[in-house]
Amino acid sequence: MFYFDFQSSFKMEEKDIYNELSSIRNLMERSTKFISLSGISGILAGLYALIGAFMAYKLVYPSPQYLGDSFTVSNTTLVQLLLIAFGVLIFSICTGIWLTMRQANKKGENTWNPVSRRLIYNMSIPLLTGGLFILILLYKEQFGILAPASLIFYGLALISASHYTFSDIKWLGICEIVLGLLAVAFQAYGILFWAVGFGVLHILYGSMMHFKYKQ
Amino acid sequence: MKIFDQFDKAFENRLRLQIMSVLVANEYYDFNALKELLNVTDGNLASHLKALEKEEYIIVTKSFIGRKPNTQYEASPLGRQAFKKHLEALENLIKQQK
Repeated sequence: MFYFDFQSSFKMEEKDIYNELSSIRNLMERSTKFISLSGISGILAGLYALIGAFMAYKLVYPSPQYLGDSFTVSNTTLVQLLLIAFGVLIFSICTGIWLTMRQANKKGENTWNPVSRRLIYNMSIPLLTGGLFILILLYKEQFGILAPASLIFYGLALISASHYTFSDIKWLGICEIVLGLLAVAFQAYGILFWAVGFGVLHILYGSMMHFKYKQ
Repeated sequence: MKIFDQFDKAFENRLRLQIMSVLVANEYYDFNALKELLNVTDGNLASHLKALEKEEYIIVTKSFIGRKPNTQYEASPLGRQAFKKHLEALENLIKQQK
Protein backbone atom coordinates (compact mmCIF):
# COMPACT_ATOMS: atom_id res chain seq x y z
CA MET A 1 0.00 0.00 0.00
CA PHE A 2 1.09 3.54 -0.58
CA TYR A 3 1.74 5.08 2.74
CA PHE A 4 3.47 8.30 3.27
CA ASP A 5 3.22 10.72 6.10
CA PHE A 6 4.38 14.23 6.35
CA GLN A 7 6.46 13.68 9.45
CA SER A 8 8.72 11.14 7.87
CA SER A 9 9.14 13.12 4.70
CA PHE A 10 10.12 16.44 6.10
CA LYS A 11 12.01 17.25 2.99
CA MET A 12 8.92 16.86 0.91
CA GLU A 13 9.70 18.19 -2.49
CA GLU A 14 7.60 20.79 -4.22
CA LYS A 15 7.03 18.23 -6.96
CA ASP A 16 5.53 15.79 -4.45
CA ILE A 17 3.07 18.38 -3.21
CA TYR A 18 2.07 19.18 -6.76
CA ASN A 19 1.52 15.50 -7.40
CA GLU A 20 -0.48 15.20 -4.22
CA LEU A 21 -2.66 18.18 -5.09
CA SER A 22 -3.23 17.03 -8.64
CA SER A 23 -4.10 13.51 -7.49
CA ILE A 24 -6.66 15.00 -5.10
CA ARG A 25 -8.14 17.10 -7.89
CA ASN A 26 -8.22 14.09 -10.19
CA LEU A 27 -9.97 12.01 -7.55
CA MET A 28 -12.55 14.71 -6.85
CA GLU A 29 -13.28 14.95 -10.55
CA ARG A 30 -13.38 11.21 -11.12
CA SER A 31 -15.73 10.73 -8.19
CA THR A 32 -18.22 13.30 -9.46
CA LYS A 33 -18.11 12.99 -13.24
CA PHE A 34 -18.77 10.02 -15.45
CA ILE A 35 -16.24 10.34 -18.24
CA SER A 36 -16.57 7.06 -20.06
CA LEU A 37 -19.26 8.32 -22.43
CA SER A 38 -18.26 7.31 -25.91
CA GLY A 39 -18.01 9.84 -28.71
CA ILE A 40 -18.48 7.15 -31.35
CA SER A 41 -21.88 6.25 -29.90
CA GLY A 42 -22.89 9.89 -30.49
CA ILE A 43 -21.82 9.65 -34.13
CA LEU A 44 -23.75 6.40 -34.60
CA ALA A 45 -26.85 7.81 -32.87
CA GLY A 46 -26.64 10.73 -35.30
CA LEU A 47 -26.50 8.35 -38.27
CA TYR A 48 -29.51 6.36 -37.02
CA ALA A 49 -31.42 9.63 -36.58
CA LEU A 50 -30.59 10.76 -40.11
CA ILE A 51 -31.73 7.43 -41.55
CA GLY A 52 -34.91 7.62 -39.46
CA ALA A 53 -35.58 11.21 -40.50
CA PHE A 54 -35.11 10.29 -44.17
CA MET A 55 -37.57 7.40 -43.84
CA ALA A 56 -40.07 9.65 -42.07
CA TYR A 57 -39.64 12.31 -44.76
CA LYS A 58 -40.40 9.75 -47.46
CA LEU A 59 -43.51 8.73 -45.57
CA VAL A 60 -44.94 12.14 -44.76
CA TYR A 61 -43.90 14.66 -47.38
CA PRO A 62 -45.22 13.09 -50.58
CA SER A 63 -48.73 13.22 -49.17
CA PRO A 64 -50.55 16.31 -50.43
CA GLN A 65 -52.28 16.98 -47.12
CA TYR A 66 -49.00 18.08 -45.67
CA LEU A 67 -48.65 21.69 -46.75
CA GLY A 68 -49.86 23.99 -44.06
CA ASP A 69 -48.87 24.42 -40.48
CA SER A 70 -50.38 21.25 -39.22
CA PHE A 71 -50.22 17.60 -40.10
CA THR A 72 -53.00 15.33 -41.10
CA VAL A 73 -51.64 11.84 -41.45
CA SER A 74 -53.40 8.56 -41.78
CA ASN A 75 -53.32 6.12 -38.90
CA THR A 76 -51.09 3.64 -40.73
CA THR A 77 -48.56 6.38 -41.48
CA LEU A 78 -48.66 7.42 -37.86
CA VAL A 79 -47.95 3.89 -36.70
CA GLN A 80 -45.05 3.66 -39.15
CA LEU A 81 -43.67 7.00 -37.93
CA LEU A 82 -43.86 5.87 -34.33
CA LEU A 83 -42.10 2.62 -35.24
CA ILE A 84 -39.30 4.57 -36.90
CA ALA A 85 -38.96 6.89 -33.90
CA PHE A 86 -38.96 3.94 -31.53
CA GLY A 87 -36.39 2.10 -33.65
CA VAL A 88 -34.03 5.09 -33.69
CA LEU A 89 -34.39 5.44 -29.93
CA ILE A 90 -33.74 1.76 -29.17
CA PHE A 91 -30.77 1.49 -31.54
CA SER A 92 -29.21 4.67 -30.13
CA ILE A 93 -29.64 3.63 -26.50
CA CYS A 94 -28.26 0.13 -27.11
CA THR A 95 -25.24 1.42 -29.04
CA GLY A 96 -24.65 4.03 -26.35
CA ILE A 97 -24.78 1.53 -23.51
CA TRP A 98 -22.63 -1.01 -25.33
CA LEU A 99 -19.87 1.42 -26.34
CA THR A 100 -19.88 3.16 -22.97
CA MET A 101 -19.48 -0.14 -21.13
CA ARG A 102 -16.64 -1.07 -23.46
CA GLN A 103 -14.97 2.27 -22.83
CA ALA A 104 -15.36 1.94 -19.06
CA ASN A 105 -13.93 -1.57 -19.14
CA LYS A 106 -10.92 -0.32 -21.04
CA LYS A 107 -10.32 2.29 -18.34
CA GLY A 108 -10.85 -0.34 -15.64
CA GLU A 109 -13.87 1.55 -14.36
CA ASN A 110 -17.18 0.11 -13.35
CA THR A 111 -20.08 1.38 -15.47
CA TRP A 112 -22.56 1.12 -12.63
CA ASN A 113 -21.35 3.51 -9.95
CA PRO A 114 -22.86 6.37 -7.94
CA VAL A 115 -21.96 8.87 -10.66
CA SER A 116 -23.51 6.98 -13.56
CA ARG A 117 -26.58 6.38 -11.40
CA ARG A 118 -26.90 10.11 -10.74
CA LEU A 119 -26.32 10.81 -14.43
CA ILE A 120 -29.11 8.47 -15.51
CA TYR A 121 -31.46 9.68 -12.77
CA ASN A 122 -31.00 13.33 -13.71
CA MET A 123 -31.40 12.64 -17.40
CA SER A 124 -34.45 10.46 -17.04
CA ILE A 125 -36.64 13.07 -15.32
CA PRO A 126 -36.81 15.48 -18.30
CA LEU A 127 -36.76 12.57 -20.77
CA LEU A 128 -39.69 10.72 -19.20
CA THR A 129 -41.63 13.95 -18.77
CA GLY A 130 -41.02 14.76 -22.42
CA GLY A 131 -41.93 11.26 -23.54
CA LEU A 132 -45.27 11.36 -21.70
CA PHE A 133 -45.92 14.91 -22.90
CA ILE A 134 -45.44 13.81 -26.51
CA LEU A 135 -47.56 10.67 -26.10
CA ILE A 136 -50.42 12.72 -24.63
CA LEU A 137 -50.24 15.23 -27.48
CA LEU A 138 -50.11 12.45 -30.08
CA TYR A 139 -53.20 10.97 -28.47
CA LYS A 140 -54.84 14.39 -28.91
CA GLU A 141 -53.70 14.33 -32.56
CA GLN A 142 -51.26 17.21 -32.16
CA PHE A 143 -48.68 15.63 -34.47
CA GLY A 144 -46.79 18.84 -35.19
CA ILE A 145 -45.48 18.95 -31.62
CA LEU A 146 -43.43 15.75 -31.96
CA ALA A 147 -40.25 17.28 -33.43
CA PRO A 148 -40.10 20.46 -31.32
CA ALA A 149 -41.02 18.74 -28.04
CA SER A 150 -38.51 15.92 -28.48
CA LEU A 151 -35.75 18.44 -29.23
CA ILE A 152 -36.59 20.67 -26.26
CA PHE A 153 -36.94 17.91 -23.67
CA TYR A 154 -33.81 16.17 -24.94
CA GLY A 155 -31.93 19.47 -24.66
CA LEU A 156 -33.14 19.90 -21.07
CA ALA A 157 -32.07 16.33 -20.28
CA LEU A 158 -28.58 17.00 -21.65
CA ILE A 159 -28.20 20.17 -19.61
CA SER A 160 -29.22 18.40 -16.43
CA ALA A 161 -26.84 15.52 -17.27
CA SER A 162 -23.96 17.90 -17.93
CA HIS A 163 -23.29 18.27 -14.18
CA TYR A 164 -22.32 14.62 -14.00
CA THR A 165 -20.23 14.20 -17.14
CA PHE A 166 -18.24 16.27 -19.64
CA SER A 167 -19.55 19.82 -19.30
CA ASP A 168 -19.44 20.22 -23.12
CA ILE A 169 -22.74 18.34 -23.17
CA LYS A 170 -24.39 21.50 -21.85
CA TRP A 171 -23.75 23.33 -25.12
CA LEU A 172 -25.22 20.48 -27.12
CA GLY A 173 -28.28 20.76 -24.87
CA ILE A 174 -28.59 24.50 -25.49
CA CYS A 175 -28.34 23.96 -29.27
CA GLU A 176 -31.09 21.31 -29.11
CA ILE A 177 -33.38 23.66 -27.16
CA VAL A 178 -32.82 26.51 -29.65
CA LEU A 179 -33.57 24.15 -32.55
CA GLY A 180 -36.67 22.93 -30.71
CA LEU A 181 -37.95 26.49 -30.26
CA LEU A 182 -37.30 27.24 -33.94
CA ALA A 183 -39.16 24.05 -34.81
CA VAL A 184 -42.22 25.29 -32.89
CA ALA A 185 -42.08 28.57 -34.80
CA PHE A 186 -41.70 26.83 -38.17
CA GLN A 187 -43.69 23.67 -37.66
CA ALA A 188 -43.80 22.77 -41.35
CA TYR A 189 -40.05 22.12 -41.22
CA GLY A 190 -40.26 19.93 -38.13
CA ILE A 191 -38.52 16.94 -39.71
CA LEU A 192 -35.70 19.14 -40.96
CA PHE A 193 -35.03 20.61 -37.51
CA TRP A 194 -35.31 17.16 -36.01
CA ALA A 195 -32.76 15.78 -38.50
CA VAL A 196 -30.35 18.62 -37.72
CA GLY A 197 -30.78 18.30 -33.94
CA PHE A 198 -30.63 14.56 -33.56
CA GLY A 199 -28.59 13.73 -36.67
CA VAL A 200 -26.12 16.44 -37.64
CA LEU A 201 -25.47 17.79 -34.12
CA HIS A 202 -24.87 14.31 -32.70
CA ILE A 203 -22.39 13.51 -35.44
CA LEU A 204 -20.60 16.84 -34.94
CA TYR A 205 -20.52 16.53 -31.17
CA GLY A 206 -19.63 12.87 -31.20
CA SER A 207 -16.60 13.52 -33.39
CA MET A 208 -15.55 16.52 -31.30
CA MET A 209 -15.73 14.50 -28.10
CA HIS A 210 -13.94 11.60 -29.70
CA PHE A 211 -10.96 13.70 -30.72
CA LYS A 212 -10.95 16.04 -27.73
CA TYR A 213 -10.77 13.23 -25.18
CA LYS A 214 -8.62 10.95 -27.38
CA GLN A 215 -10.69 7.85 -27.03
CA MET B 1 9.52 24.28 10.10
CA LYS B 2 6.41 25.68 11.69
CA ILE B 3 4.31 25.08 8.63
CA PHE B 4 4.01 21.41 9.45
CA ASP B 5 1.92 22.30 12.48
CA GLN B 6 -0.82 23.32 10.09
CA PHE B 7 -1.05 19.84 8.65
CA ASP B 8 -3.84 17.75 9.98
CA LYS B 9 -2.65 14.58 11.67
CA ALA B 10 -5.78 12.77 10.57
CA PHE B 11 -4.70 13.26 6.97
CA GLU B 12 -1.15 12.01 7.42
CA ASN B 13 -2.24 8.84 5.74
CA ARG B 14 -2.68 9.20 2.03
CA LEU B 15 -5.76 7.00 1.84
CA ARG B 16 -7.54 9.09 4.46
CA LEU B 17 -6.87 12.22 2.47
CA GLN B 18 -8.17 10.49 -0.65
CA ILE B 19 -11.34 9.35 1.12
CA MET B 20 -11.87 12.89 2.33
CA SER B 21 -11.43 14.37 -1.17
CA VAL B 22 -14.14 12.07 -2.53
CA LEU B 23 -16.53 12.86 0.32
CA VAL B 24 -15.95 16.60 0.07
CA ALA B 25 -16.70 16.55 -3.66
CA ASN B 26 -19.89 14.50 -3.26
CA GLU B 27 -23.02 14.68 -1.17
CA TYR B 28 -22.41 11.11 -0.03
CA TYR B 29 -20.66 7.93 -1.16
CA ASP B 30 -21.19 4.31 -0.21
CA PHE B 31 -18.62 1.81 0.99
CA ASN B 32 -18.43 -0.36 -2.13
CA ALA B 33 -18.19 2.59 -4.49
CA LEU B 34 -15.35 4.04 -2.42
CA LYS B 35 -13.59 0.69 -2.41
CA GLU B 36 -13.81 0.46 -6.18
CA LEU B 37 -12.81 4.05 -6.83
CA LEU B 38 -9.79 3.97 -4.54
CA ASN B 39 -8.88 0.39 -5.39
CA VAL B 40 -8.26 -0.75 -1.82
CA THR B 41 -9.16 -3.74 0.32
CA ASP B 42 -12.21 -3.89 2.60
CA GLY B 43 -10.14 -3.99 5.78
CA ASN B 44 -7.87 -1.15 4.83
CA LEU B 45 -10.74 1.10 3.84
CA ALA B 46 -12.79 0.22 6.91
CA SER B 47 -9.99 0.99 9.34
CA HIS B 48 -9.30 4.40 7.81
CA LEU B 49 -13.00 5.23 7.66
CA LYS B 50 -13.19 4.34 11.35
CA ALA B 51 -10.31 6.72 12.08
CA LEU B 52 -12.05 9.56 10.23
CA GLU B 53 -15.29 8.76 12.02
CA LYS B 54 -13.49 8.99 15.37
CA GLU B 55 -12.25 12.45 14.46
CA GLU B 56 -15.89 13.30 13.62
CA TYR B 57 -14.80 14.29 10.13
CA ILE B 58 -17.33 12.00 8.50
CA ILE B 59 -20.93 11.02 9.19
CA VAL B 60 -21.85 7.37 8.83
CA THR B 61 -25.37 6.23 7.95
CA LYS B 62 -26.06 2.53 8.03
CA SER B 63 -29.04 1.12 6.21
CA PHE B 64 -30.14 -1.98 4.36
CA ILE B 65 -30.93 -2.50 0.69
CA GLY B 66 -33.01 -5.65 0.86
CA ARG B 67 -30.92 -7.83 3.16
CA LYS B 68 -27.58 -6.34 2.19
CA PRO B 69 -26.06 -3.73 4.49
CA ASN B 70 -25.37 -0.45 2.77
CA THR B 71 -23.26 2.14 4.53
CA GLN B 72 -23.22 5.71 3.33
CA TYR B 73 -20.50 8.17 4.23
CA GLU B 74 -20.63 11.93 4.08
CA ALA B 75 -18.23 14.68 5.10
CA SER B 76 -19.20 16.58 8.25
CA PRO B 77 -18.85 20.39 8.34
CA LEU B 78 -15.88 19.87 10.67
CA GLY B 79 -14.30 17.47 8.18
CA ARG B 80 -14.81 19.86 5.27
CA GLN B 81 -13.15 22.63 7.23
CA ALA B 82 -10.22 20.41 8.20
CA PHE B 83 -9.77 19.28 4.60
CA LYS B 84 -9.76 22.88 3.38
CA LYS B 85 -7.21 23.88 6.00
CA HIS B 86 -5.02 20.94 5.11
CA LEU B 87 -5.02 21.88 1.42
CA GLU B 88 -4.23 25.48 2.32
CA ALA B 89 -1.27 24.26 4.34
CA LEU B 90 -0.03 22.29 1.32
CA GLU B 91 -0.37 25.38 -0.85
CA ASN B 92 1.44 27.51 1.71
CA LEU B 93 4.28 25.04 1.71
CA ILE B 94 4.66 25.46 -2.02
CA LYS B 95 4.58 29.24 -1.72
CA GLN B 96 7.21 29.19 0.99
CA GLN B 97 9.57 27.07 -1.02
CA LYS B 98 9.45 29.51 -3.89
